[in-house]
Amino acid sequence: MTLFEFIDVKYKNILDLPTLFIEKKKVITIVGTSGSGKSTILRMLNKMLSPTQGSILFNNTDLRQINSVTHRRHVTMLSQNPAMFEGSIRDNLNVGLKFQEKRLLSDDILLGILEKVKLKKELDSSANTLSGGEKQRLTLGRVLLLDAEVYLLDEPSSSLDGETEESIIQMVTEHVRVETKTLVMVTHSKAIAEKYSDVIIEISGGSCSSNRGCNR
Amino acid sequence: MNGIIDLPAFQVALAYFFVLVVLAIVRVLGIKREKELIISSVRMTLQLILTGYVLVYVFDNPNPFITAGIILVMEAFAIHNVINKFKGKLSKPLKRVIAFSMSIGTLSCLAYFLFIVVRISPWYEPQYFVPIAGMLIGNSMTGISLGVKSLLEGMTIQRALVEEALILGATPQAATKTIINSTFDAAIMPTINSMVGMGIVFLPGMMTGQILSGTAPTTAIAYQLAIMLGILGAVALTVILMLKLGYRTFFNKEEQLQEG
Repeated sequence: MTLFEFIDVKYKNILDLPTLFIEKKKVITIVGTSGSGKSTILRMLNKMLSPTQGSILFNNTDLRQINSVTHRRHVTMLSQNPAMFEGSIRDNLNVGLKFQEKRLLSDDILLGILEKVKLKKELDSSANTLSGGEKQRLTLGRVLLLDAEVYLLDEPSSSLDGETEESIIQMVTEHVRVETKTLVMVTHSKAIAEKYSDVIIEISGGSCSSNRGCNR
Repeated sequence: MNGIIDLPAFQVALAYFFVLVVLAIVRVLGIKREKELIISSVRMTLQLILTGYVLVYVFDNPNPFITAGIILVMEAFAIHNVINKFKGKLSKPLKRVIAFSMSIGTLSCLAYFLFIVVRISPWYEPQYFVPIAGMLIGNSMTGISLGVKSLLEGMTIQRALVEEALILGATPQAATKTIINSTFDAAIMPTINSMVGMGIVFLPGMMTGQILSGTAPTTAIAYQLAIMLGILGAVALTVILMLKLGYRTFFNKEEQLQEG
């Protein structure tokens, strides 16, 4: 089942993707050197960017016809450098739900997600004193709490050490498989891509260079 | 009550002598602002003399077209002033929003104040229309300038947070809520501060003027109360309109942040 389909998509002179398919309920990784356009693809899937040419279909509907805010609530993204909001760890975990006008979660659930992302912190402590790696895990937790259909993660483990990286990726992929969601993840670790994903899409110089995502 | 003491030219000249003293002091201290002091004094003199003659003519020959023309010139000058202040930083749609908000915000308050509160007759009576329009437009101009400054700063400094909020599924309105609130505060604060100090820390200009010209203080106060509420209304309305329409100009129709 196709979730996203790219038709002759171009974005400025950064990306040129005549075809690209992203299947439903799979774990898909996008690999490629930095500057190859991986993040641009994720941002287009989340409608933070729109193609300058061509179109992207989501469940067979052109993304242009879908309300951007609604779409972003279905297809949630963890960007490469996610910003922290002022306030406590609790505030930052709940902030996505607040923006989506949904009910905020109880401390039990929040503590549960902190455990999942391996962050041993008090909910009341300030979010701005966290280290880079801790912030990354906090923002990952914040995104997972949104219970979206599709998760887009842009280098979710870039600031983590090897051991934590592996366990975090394992947790995320497991979470996604148990809940039968779709995960599209950008990574530059080929080992991780090969170990955890169903489909690997390789991007180089703004175009798709191998594997089954490029063609049907 | 006594009427105001007329100021003959000689006595006004004494006021200029006072400026010369200030100039001398500035020069001795080496502050290097003589040129600015002279230019601003001369400029003010010419502008006010000209305005004085224009007002004498306008008051003697009340005419709806002249009144309307003066209001339009004031409004246009104020809008131009705001836009000019932020040269190169405003997008075209934001400029349009500023012009629209200034016009609607001040003209609607002006109409309410003159026709419903003071009930002037004839409706174009320039003696009331011109000075009151000046106060409303002038204060709104200051308010919207502060508002635009704070909005531009907020959207630049907090751009990453606004973008993060959008990514997490916020509407542009929710994503800019804190910026909009602090902008409103920044724009309305001077008006609120002056209301708080009024009557205790200082006597407001309009009231002082009326009292000097022999109006009973109670009447002067009634006018001052009404005009301050009018100013508060005009500033608040102008800034709210600017914010409600203005934040949108930072986003495109796909709810993405505009580039640059």
